[in-house]
Amino acid sequence: MSYCKQEGKDRIIFVTKEDHEAPSNAELVEDDPNDPYEDHGLILPSGEINWNCPCLGGMASGPCGQQFKEAFSCFHYSTEEVKGSECIEHFRGMQECMQKYPELYPQEDENESGPSGGDDTAPAEPSNTDAASVPDSSVDEVTVAGTENAATS
Amino acid sequence: MFQCKTVWNKMAPLARASSTLCRQSGKREVLRHVRRPVLAHQALMSSGATGGGMENTLYVLLVGATCLGGGVFVYRTLSRDKARYDDRLSDISSRWSEQREQGPAQAEPQQGAADPSITESVVKEVSPEASETAFKVPTLEVATEAPAVEAPVTGARITGTCLTDAESADPSSLGESEPGLAAWQNVTESASDPPPASAMSPVEPALPEVPEHAPYLLIGGGTASFAAARSIRARDPGARVLIVTDEADLPYMRPPLSKELWFSDDPSVTETLRFKQWNGKERSIYFQPPSFYVSPRELQTVENGGVAVLMDRKVTHMDVRGSKVKLSDGTEISYDKCLIATGGVPRNLQVIERAGEEVKKRTTLFRKIEDFRALEKVSRELKSITIIGGGFLGSELACALGRRSADLGLEVVQMFPEKGNMGKVLPEYLSNWTTEKVKKEGVTVLTDAVVKNVSYKDGKVQIRMKDGRVVKTDHVVAAVGLEPNVELARSAGLEVDSDFGGYRVNAELQARANIWVAGDAACFYDIKLGRRRVEHHDHAVVSGRLAGENMTGADKPYWHQSMFWSDLGPDVGYEAIGIVDSNLPTVGVFTKATAKDTPRAVTELSGTGIRSESETEAVAGAVAGAVAGAAGAPAPPPQQKEDYGKGVIFYLRDKVVVGIVLWNVFNRMPIARKIIKDGEEHADLNEVAKLFNIHDD
Repeated sequence: MSYCKQEGKDRIIFVTKEDHEAPSNAELVEDDPNDPYEDHGLILPSGEINWNCPCLGGMASGPCGQQFKEAFSCFHYSTEEVKGSECIEHFRGMQECMQKYPELYPQEDENESGPSGGDDTAPAEPSNTDAASVPDSSVDEVTVAGTENAATS
Repeated sequence: MFQCKTVWNKMAPLARASSTLCRQSGKREVLRHVRRPVLAHQALMSSGATGGGMENTLYVLLVGATCLGGGVFVYRTLSRDKARYDDRLSDISSRWSEQREQGPAQAEPQQGAADPSITESVVKEVSPEASETAFKVPTLEVATEAPAVEAPVTGARITGTCLTDAESADPSSLGESEPGLAAWQNVTESASDPPPASAMSPVEPALPEVPEHAPYLLIGGGTASFAAARSIRARDPGARVLIVTDEADLPYMRPPLSKELWFSDDPSVTETLRFKQWNGKERSIYFQPPSFYVSPRELQTVENGGVAVLMDRKVTHMDVRGSKVKLSDGTEISYDKCLIATGGVPRNLQVIERAGEEVKKRTTLFRKIEDFRALEKVSRELKSITIIGGGFLGSELACALGRRSADLGLEVVQMFPEKGNMGKVLPEYLSNWTTEKVKKEGVTVLTDAVVKNVSYKDGKVQIRMKDGRVVKTDHVVAAVGLEPNVELARSAGLEVDSDFGGYRVNAELQARANIWVAGDAACFYDIKLGRRRVEHHDHAVVSGRLAGENMTGADKPYWHQSMFWSDLGPDVGYEAIGIVDSNLPTVGVFTKATAKDTPRAVTELSGTGIRSESETEAVAGAVAGAVAGAAGAPAPPPQQKEDYGKGVIFYLRDKVVVGIVLWNVFNRMPIARKIIKDGEEHADLNEVAKLFNIHDD
């Protein structure tokens, strides 16, 4: 049974689980999907990639940012059956760049952009050397990110 | 007699003539002190006797001499003037060529096109090269036809302007033929392959340590600055960003300095500054390792740009008109867009300021890495530490030190004027509850404590309070607030806010054209909540990121509401958003806590220690479709039964929710954010509380 008490200007309500079972009748204002002020996720309403998305960690802004953007753009706009299959070169370029900065892009299983970020890809995506799945695993690593400096997210 | 008369008659015209001459020469003498009137008399004497022929000759002589004198005068005046003119011109041209060598090469040549002296020097510099290539001209005739066409298109603007000027100014040295022109184009084209600067002025052998120009200049090297740098790099490909900081460290995050770093078991934590999160994952407090950054020396030339950090330099003067700043060592850096993210300096109590060297030596104002290291050392060596201040920093440090107190045999005292910890943030009942928690962490809490006087006696720091209580301690930590750093306001002509402190900026975080301010130092206009200044980590990130977006042309206002969090030990934690001021009326909806509702459990699940990360982790997880939680963590001990275990507290202003505290309820920040964004009046806040599902995990 919920009850209420008032301490000066502060009101305190205690509720049980049953009290909160009924769905809320509080009205929330509907969100405008085209609101120009809102922060968007990875994909902007226009269909473009939001390079500033916190979910990318710092991938688009680091030393290999240029290569990453090319590879990911290629993948994003790819219309092949195996998405991104024509982007191998870009991904290779990206990997080459990343190998030059092992501190920033650790090459272990949990890989991708962070220096020991708060990344929880515990079921690690093994970095496949199989060319066909390189785009897949790289992208997965990227999107699962939240890494490097997720504090700036 | 007749002879005399004839003579007289003859003399008369002469006299007349000579008198006019005399008059004229007299005038000239007055004017120039050159002519001697004697000549006139001589003429008179000699011409009288001899006759007409001689007269004419003398006439001619006189007139000639006069003209000669006049000519000499004019010539000397003109030549003096010309000399002055030449001097002036060479002065101007030398000044121009100096500027050209220093400043950005792209801008100058366009201005230089107008100035003839520039053209001269350009041609002079290029012509030696051109003359060298002139030998190769015949063979290049055919080959250079193509480049001749491309050069104006591909080359820098320099090529175009220099070409036209060189053509008009000095065609002879280049040769009027096509091949000559083409050779010149060839030269400028090949010269413009490396940075255009080298085409205009001799390349310096070594780049200066501090770049002379930074397209994006960020003053301050903290969280807001780093977030802005990242945002700029993401949006402007190849951007060159220069961060200038007076600290000796690369950008790092502050929250762990008063929380996680103290909970670390690693004895070398003060060196490594790595903190272990509950699930065992480690990370450094530095946002990025040194390899992420480029050196300031290479910033202007590195391919694809980068972020450079200039440490141990303070910006002392800002010239907005000239778009440049001056550092403490006199170096000047010009910029296109500037961000001021200077943060603040911890406040101190007046009584401590006046207390003398012995007390000040034993006082810590906690903010930076070096303060953490110093305090950590103190905590191991001394026996008693007193923290003055009951807000976020004071309470977190008290809990952190309190936890160590048993192991180290350390007495930890916390004192503040309010009735309970977080007295200015939490409603009274919750503040009291929190104070009990802090006491359980091993801290002696003194409430209603106003410090009257601090002194050093008998080897101890003595703090006397207004009500007579005295505390004797070895070391004092003053956590009484932050003074925003607005040192540049005067020189830059920036407005400082009198209510909240900090630089006054608009909703887009802009102070003046091309100057933005973010982080602790920014007093900004929040469209939803009104003008305010926020001193939290996530706000620094959000505002830094927004400033970076606006510096690259976005023009978006502050819209995404930042949040903050605090942990009072590993068992009590809350997240909050908006205006959380205990003076406002509040409505709190609570349930009872279970063992699962602790910060420790939450971080284990999401794998992060930084609370604001856990939210974006969820976002990223949604994007990918699969987030793996770290399973298998040992179950934390069951929590005590508390009255205020879990809940949501709404802060109201004119019946509208302006702030929300999520008490031991985590990962619901998006809902809280939405409610504040709506800004609606809700009749029954219990219904709103249902949205949070506080009974669920």
